[in-house]
This record gives sequence, structure tokens and C-alpha cells, in this order.
Amino acid sequence: MSDFDRTIYLDYAATTPVDPRVLDAMSPYFSQEFGNPSSTHRLGQQAEAAVETARQTIANIFNCLPQEVIFTSCGSESDNFALRGGAFAARQKTGANHILISPVEHPAITKTAVQLSEIFGFDLEFLPVDEYGRVSPASVAERLRPNTAIVSVMAANNEIGTINPVEQIGDICHQANVTFHSDAVQAAAHLPFDLGKLNIHLLSIGAHKLYGPKGVGALITKQGTPLLPIQTGGGQENSHRAGTSNVPYLVGQAEAFRLAAQERSQRQQRLVEMRDFLIRTVLENIPGSKLTGHPRERLPNHASFVFHEVDGNELLMVLDAAGFACSSGSACKTGNPEPSAVVKAIGLSDDWALGSLRVTLSHLTNDQHLEAFSQFLPEAVRRVRLLRGVPDGN
Amino acid sequence: METNLPQGAKVAVAMSGGVDSSVAAALLAEQGYDVFGMMLRLWTEPGSEAANRCCTPDAMALAKRIAAQLSIPFYVIDAKDVFHDTVVDYFLEGYTRGVTPNPCLMCNRHIRWEFLLNRALALGADYLATGHYARVRRAVDQPVRLLRGIDPHKDQSYVLAVLEQQQLSRGVFPVGDYTKTEVRALAEKFNLPAASIKDSQDLCFLAGTDYQDFLRRHAPQNSSPGKILTTSGEEIGDHDGLAFYTIGQRKGLGIAYSEPLYVLKKDLLHNTLIVGTKDELGQTELIAGGLNWVSGQAISEPFQAEVKIRYTAGFLPAMVIPLEDGRIRVQFEQPLRDITPGQAAVAYQGDQAIVCGIIETELTPANQHNPVRLIQ
Repeated sequence: MSDFDRTIYLDYAATTPVDPRVLDAMSPYFSQEFGNPSSTHRLGQQAEAAVETARQTIANIFNCLPQEVIFTSCGSESDNFALRGGAFAARQKTGANHILISPVEHPAITKTAVQLSEIFGFDLEFLPVDEYGRVSPASVAERLRPNTAIVSVMAANNEIGTINPVEQIGDICHQANVTFHSDAVQAAAHLPFDLGKLNIHLLSIGAHKLYGPKGVGALITKQGTPLLPIQTGGGQENSHRAGTSNVPYLVGQAEAFRLAAQERSQRQQRLVEMRDFLIRTVLENIPGSKLTGHPRERLPNHASFVFHEVDGNELLMVLDAAGFACSSGSACKTGNPEPSAVVKAIGLSDDWALGSLRVTLSHLTNDQHLEAFSQFLPEAVRRVRLLRGVPDGN
Repeated sequence: METNLPQGAKVAVAMSGGVDSSVAAALLAEQGYDVFGMMLRLWTEPGSEAANRCCTPDAMALAKRIAAQLSIPFYVIDAKDVFHDTVVDYFLEGYTRGVTPNPCLMCNRHIRWEFLLNRALALGADYLATGHYARVRRAVDQPVRLLRGIDPHKDQSYVLAVLEQQQLSRGVFPVGDYTKTEVRALAEKFNLPAASIKDSQDLCFLAGTDYQDFLRRHAPQNSSPGKILTTSGEEIGDHDGLAFYTIGQRKGLGIAYSEPLYVLKKDLLHNTLIVGTKDELGQTELIAGGLNWVSGQAISEPFQAEVKIRYTAGFLPAMVIPLEDGRIRVQFEQPLRDITPGQAAVAYQGDQAIVCGIIETELTPANQHNPVRLIQ
């Protein structure tokens, strides 16, 4: 029996198990059709066909051109590529020097932006967010400058699930002729993106949040968007990103997205029901609890909370010891308690900020699992509060 | 190994990455208990975190790898603030009072066996195991007995003698029934990495820095120089600060004298260090306070015992006389040169630890212990 069988896994925003159908689609490309797509011979041609079919599949799902799909090694690489490649290309083209991002971005964006600012001299500015961690389109419009190189606002937040109005933000940037990037690594696992309509010039996606393999992603790049390669070498990916194509993983990613698109409506309905059940029972049964993120405009599988006077790391350990795998805002396994940038940005005071919990569901989650979890969570919170010396743990 | 735990008991193991705690975890897992590993992140002087031998990043990675090899979950618990406020402050405060404190005792009582034990209990554990060379024996309706480890060279029951019954009743010491040689052989049998962690006596939070420098930085008030006097009041030199000397110390006094001199006493009031000859040094008795009757039963009549006055000392025959004020007087058969206020005196009968007290002087009564509060 594996740990996955023993554990009630409620951390699908961290990663997901690979769908057996995805694994089946990938398996021929390891030892049989193992060719290098750049090779001239027939094995190479087979591999190239597999990669280009995968590219077409992704293009169909996002309603874009196949040549607009640049494959990468993961969502973080896509974010790095978009921000660094986009900022450098804009600077090269027009001398633009201003970067505008939200304060609740994934570290793949935040740390890249800080490096661009501290080492490469870009002027980094953070957008304000409301109590749900949302960026308003108006705040973007107010801060755009003639020399803005790139704007980056994530489509949905990984920690608190809030969905941002990227359609309107994209329109504003597009009108101002500024590149707009959105990190959709979480969002694209659940929400459709029609890039034929949306003005998102650069969109980061990854496979492992939707039952695809880890270590593969893509940056979807609207034609004409200034973008400098950041991994140079061979001419793969239309000379945008060097490196031998990871054929089986690209095939797996395409299959994962295909299945997600095909099964979206049936997956979604169950998710929203389970999510809302969980939010309701937690807020009703646990004194000193708050939902983080937007109550409605949030990912369908995503419930996140803070608990007053609770150490989130200790809560995760108590839950794990009882067989429930969840995650917290302060994703820290080294024992160093620090509230995350996201919980700080939404204005939580210190007595709340360390007590965050993220519970993310799957269509594979069953009602008994959810029931067992919502029954145990109040006891787990009580125990962790007792450790802090909170009388009765309430 | 004689653990006598109920079948299927859930046991947390405090793991360090070292051979003793790794073997402890492996023995418990082999016997089918529901085992998980824990490790504390302790306070170290800012900037030296990587050198705290109890929790270096390397030790942490090693412990994690061993837990994975044993297929047990592993949790790292942050204890920096509580360690600083409990152990480091105690250490500094002791030197401020002119004694030579033993912070490891405080760490065992309040960090491992209160803070960590409480977290183990919250994670559903019934017991907490460590890699100490000591033994406990449980019997129905009897207090738990703390016994010396089988290996006389490695016995660590001394540092556990500060534990109360409620703590000992949760304690499991799987390697206490083995010699170090046997433990090394077990490590090989379990295919555990040979311990690369230094078996150091240094205090972990000093992280390899000199304790005198540490005291100068953190307790400058005790680091002021003063006079060195003989017992007859003759001024024969200068000291660097009373905190830097220990009773019985001979080396490092920096005095040329007709015969070897030893530190006899620290006079905090006058900031003077009193030294004398070997003959003047010996004492045949000590007073200890802040008692912990580790046996679970206070004794009011004098009793014969073997007493250990510091971690590295031997077991010395002595008479233990309980006093009416809640302290004990310990009378040794031979004079001792290294009775050190601030260290613990632990009295044993046979293998069993009976009582633990902190050695006092007239000027430096031992602090009463803070109460231990367990969540269950």
C-alpha cells in the first residue's frame, strides 16, 4: 500500500497523480518511438510528428495558432521566460524600463521581477490588491506608463484561489500597447482560456496540476509579442527555446489538457459542490476561522482558510499524522515560520497570518473523504491551539 | 530491546541524523510500532545557524533521508524562540549569578520533554523516544524507574534525571539496552549511514564559537575584569571576568606562584576570584536544591547512594540527607575538587536514579524549577 492509498490527499493544487490515460499516451515515446524530433531519419520524423500533434492539441484548446505554443520544462520556466524575455525584448525595442506586477504572484514571477530590478535596473512597481487578493483593472490603468515594459497578473492565485479579471486587464494593456503576461498554471487546470478573444499576450501553463506529468509546461505567446529567448542554443521551439524536446512529456501534457477540456463540465460541478460544503462546515464549526480569497470568484477546487492563534505548520503536521495531506500559505517544510507574501498582502494581522490552510480538491475526492476531513479539522485546530496555550483550544 | 509498549503504540522519535537516534527509530519500526520522526530547529546565534550541531542543514537532510529509508514520516518543528527564552536565557542567567549552569538539563526538561513531547502528543503519539543511553522500566501501578544505560561509558541517565514522572512515563530509550559497539553493529545491520556528526561536548547553540566570546557578547555585565585573591586576602593577579572561571579550574589563571593554584570561589559582590592550593580546594559535602525526585517518591530519611556531580563525573559513594527546607545535603566519603554550583547532583541506588538537585552555594540558591505542562 502506498502513502497515497493511506492518505486522504487534499492538496491537488500542489500536484496531481498522473491520469492512467495520460501515462498510456506517453509510454510509447520512452523506449520505442524514442527519436529526436530534430533528426532527419524516420524515428526523428515520428517524434517530430508527436510533438507537433501535441502542439496542435494545445493550440486547439487555447484557440491559438500552433506556432504560438512554446513548450517549456515547467510553469516556473514559463514565468521566468515571459517576464525576463518580455522585459528584455521591450527594453531592446523601445527602451521601456517599467515592470508592473501584483504582490500575490508566484515566486517564479516575484523573484524574477526583483532580480530584473536589482541587477538589471528595471523599475519594479507592485499593484495594490483588495482583501481577497484581487487586482482591479482600474489600478492597472492608473499605473501604466509610456515606458512600461510588461505587466504580469496571475489568472488565479495558488494560495488563496482568487480569480483575477485578466480579460479586462488584458484589454487595458493591449490598448496601451504593453505586453500582458498571466500565470495560469493553476487556473488553466480548471478554467477555459480563449486566446482568440482574450488579450493575454503571454500565458504560462503547466501539466502537473491537471493529472499530467511534472516537468513540462508551455508559454503561449501571441504572435508579434516581443520576447527574447532566455535559453539559447539549438533552433527548437521555433528558435524561442533551445533544448531537445521532451517528447513523452509533451505528449502527456497535451493529453492531460485534452482530457481536462473534454471532462471540464462534469469535473467542475462536483468540485464546486464539495468546495462549498467544505467552506460552509469549516466556518460553521471552527471558532476563529476565516475564508481567505474571494468567496465566489475562486477556483472551483480551492478552499483556503486562516485560523486565529494557530501555527499553520503545526496544523499541517497534525493533519498529516492523522492521514490528511493539505498545505498552507507559508509553504515551508524547514520549520521556519514566516507568513507568506500573499497573506500579508491581503492585510491579515500576525495573530492570523501564520495560521493558513489550503485544501484543494479533485473530482477523484469522494464524499467520505471530505466528511472525515471536516470532522477531524476542528480537533486538529483545537490541539494546535492547546500547544500555544490557548485555553480549551478554542 | 525491552520496550514493553502496548502493541501498535504510536511512537515519535526525536531524530538527529546521528547513529543513536537512527538506530532507536529503526528498532522501534522493526518491532512494528507506528513510528514517526521529529526534529527540532533550535536557536543559534544569528549568522551561525549552519553550525548548530543539533540541527545543521546537513543533519536535517540526513535525518530526513534516514526517515525515508525507514518509511516513516518526519516532521521538523521550529523551537527557536522557546529554546532561546528557556535554555539560552538560563545559561546566561546562571553565569550572571556566578554559577556554571548546565543548559542541556534545561533543554531536556523543557524543550525535548515538554515542547517537543507536547507536539508529539498533538500528532497522536503515545510515546516519545530518543537516542539516549538510559533505560526506563514500567510496572503496573508503580512509578516509572529511570535506570542507567547498559554501557557504562555512554550512560546518559544523568541528563534525564530532571524529568518528572509524567514525562518519563512517555519516554522510550531503545538504545539504552545496548552498548555503543552493539549500536554501531545495529546501524550496519539496518544499513544506516555511519554517523558523521561529531560527538561533541560543546553547547549546540554556541555553534563552535568560544563560550567566553558568547558571554562577552550576550552578558557583558559578567565579563568585567577584577582581582584574584588568595584565601588569606593576598592580591596576586587579575581575572578577565568571573563568568570565565569554574570552581576547581587550574589552567588559565595566568599566575606564577610557588605551588599550583585552583579556583575556590567566585565572590560576585566584590567581583573577586578566590584561589587556593589543592588542599584548600577539597570539599566533602554539597547542598543541592530545586529537587526532582525522579523515582517518583520523595524520601525523608538519610540514605546511602552513589552520586554523580557532573555529566562526566563518576558515581561516588555518599550519604544523602534530606533537609527540612526541601533541599538535600550530600556527604562524600572522600573530599572532591570539582563540586560546581549550577551543575546537577544525581543520586542513584544501584542502577536507578533517585533524586536530582542543582548544586548551590550560600550565595547562589538554585532556582525552583518551572512547572512542566503537558497537553494530555
